[in-house]
Amino acid sequence: MADAVPGFLPRAALQHLIDALIAAGYRCLGPQERDGAILYDRLTSVTQLPLGRHDRQAPGHYRLEASADPRWFAWANGPQALKPLLFAPTEPLWKVTREADGVMHFSEQAVPAEPTAVIGVRACDLAALALQDAHFMAPPHADAHYMARRANLFLVAVNCTHPADTCFCVSTGDGPNATTGYDIDLSELEDGFLIQAGSDEGRQILASLPLVPASTRQIALAQSQTDKAIAAQSRSLPGHNLRAALFANLEHPRWQEVADRCLSCGNCTSVCPTCFCSSHNEVPDLSGTSSEHVREWSSCFTLDHSYMHGYVVRPDTRTRYRQWLTHKLGSWHEQYGRSGCVGCGRCVSWCPAGIDITEEATAICGGGQHD
Amino acid sequence: MTSPYVPAEALILDRIQESKSIFTLRLQLTDPVRREAFRFEPGQFNMLYLYGVGEIPISISSDPHDPETLGHTIRAVGRISQGLSTLEPGQRLGIRGPYGRPWPLQAAEGHDVLVVTGGLGCAPVVAVINYVLLRREHYGRLIIIQGVKHSEDLIWRDRYAYWSTLPNTQVLLASDHGGPIWPWHVGRVTDVFDDARINPDHCFAMMCGPEGMMRAGIKNLTQRGVPEDHIYLSMERNMQCAVGHCGHCQYGASFLCRQGPIYAYPAIKPLFRTRGF
Ligand code: SF4
Ligand code: FES
Repeated sequence: MADAVPGFLPRAALQHLIDALIAAGYRCLGPQERDGAILYDRLTSVTQLPLGRHDRQAPGHYRLEASADPRWFAWANGPQALKPLLFAPTEPLWKVTREADGVMHFSEQAVPAEPTAVIGVRACDLAALALQDAHFMAPPHADAHYMARRANLFLVAVNCTHPADTCFCVSTGDGPNATTGYDIDLSELEDGFLIQAGSDEGRQILASLPLVPASTRQIALAQSQTDKAIAAQSRSLPGHNLRAALFANLEHPRWQEVADRCLSCGNCTSVCPTCFCSSHNEVPDLSGTSSEHVREWSSCFTLDHSYMHGYVVRPDTRTRYRQWLTHKLGSWHEQYGRSGCVGCGRCVSWCPAGIDITEEATAICGGGQHD
Repeated sequence: MTSPYVPAEALILDRIQESKSIFTLRLQLTDPVRREAFRFEPGQFNMLYLYGVGEIPISISSDPHDPETLGHTIRAVGRISQGLSTLEPGQRLGIRGPYGRPWPLQAAEGHDVLVVTGGLGCAPVVAVINYVLLRREHYGRLIIIQGVKHSEDLIWRDRYAYWSTLPNTQVLLASDHGGPIWPWHVGRVTDVFDDARINPDHCFAMMCGPEGMMRAGIKNLTQRGVPEDHIYLSMERNMQCAVGHCGHCQYGASFLCRQGPIYAYPAIKPLFRTRGF
């Protein structure tokens, strides 16, 4: 789907890309440093980008460091993926008003549909997006809110040159390069970007940019960066499809061992770009004449998640961690045709207990490669 | 595009107190177009919405031949069901549905039907009993097995007594703890399975209730030669959305709200032995 020969966008011309997106009517979002982490926020100028920032990540650890690197995208990822832009952390779904005689009127919440362009999307995030699409857009009950935002989304991917120590997208097959699902893909070199379109919308934007064809040397340089990014990854899952291995080990002692370390806080599920669970909550207005039905992200690590009239299916951390892992790496295969893990490593970095999904999966599935 | 989450208003036609904590609401959608379009099959459920409080899944207990009047038998145990129990005829609530897969009542035609319930969770199978009794000539023997903890937990006592007088119908009740006026078996519900006069090659079992009871029931029935794919279970999990999005109802790879809540046993067998899913 990408064009055969990439163009080259000089460093100084990246602002043109932002301008072109804004001129095309997009609200432009891009990576920026916020409270010591990289987050996507409103972007109008390249000066807002995290110039020379590297992210040091390890189990339970995330820190940004300054460097003399002239790149804007020399980090791996922040706690957010694309998920909050499409599946909102909290949003009203509908509203009901009630008249004095008890008659109720239900009204659908208007669906926000502002064209949005995101610059700096990672390959793992695109893979996760495809999974969220499969979950929220499947008939017969496609989610109108998700669909509307998705239809208005323009994605500028940037291939990873600096994976974090927690990244394992090579082992899940989802990175470090974006291969599909983007409108524009960038490879950042010191003096500019290789740039390719992956959609007609992307091609239109490219047409307005001052591009020259990329040289063979530039293409080779980008390739060697990719090779390095691949070689830099030391973590891996013990196979693409762990379904059988996990479900054959439901009574493995490791579930209790990990439960003894896990705080059941659910951080892993909120930073996970594919976790899709939500709760529906009611927010009545104070006058008593109307009420909003609000959807909020929720986690299988909570007590409420498995509560049924006076009984909890998963009362302890052991069964909750097992639910999370057997779903993420097991049941997803049956549900959506692949693992629910895209190797972004966020659950590893943002777990306060430093629990490493690759380590747990390896311990539970036993040695060797399961494919 | 219309949202799958928005309920429709329904009017309470009737409220019947079935026992101390169990009540039935008979509901009618107030929009005539929606009312006429509504169709369901026994075993499917609706999300009932209590104004300002929230939604819960409740199985439809009335007969599908009259889809304009929807019966829901509810046990008042949680915030929403207790709130629903205070509503009176003439008051309104929200409904959306029907959701989920029904009991295999067409496949079961011409077969014996064995209905097994335990605890207080009997509403989904009462729909089966009534369905079969209204279409008696389409089915073989009807065997109703119900187990309770205490004799006073049995609701619809007179209905069981009445059912037991019907031809071609067998009623077997068991209570872990008997009582002064408990003429039936005292002990575990699985004890009475052996008395069920079924033809194992020609019967469909439909079960609902605590999973431990269903596990024991499956063991007994399969030992007697009932094929696993003729045993159906009604499962329960937390449900927030009923349309496959919220993730709360997952049972392994299955979403109860879509692939359930009624399952043929082989579909969930691999997980059914393990607690915590
Ligand atoms: S694995 Fe870590 S992040 Fe996830 S619930 Fe346990 S302690 Fe929290
Ligand atoms: S109830 Fe929400 S996914 Fe089934």
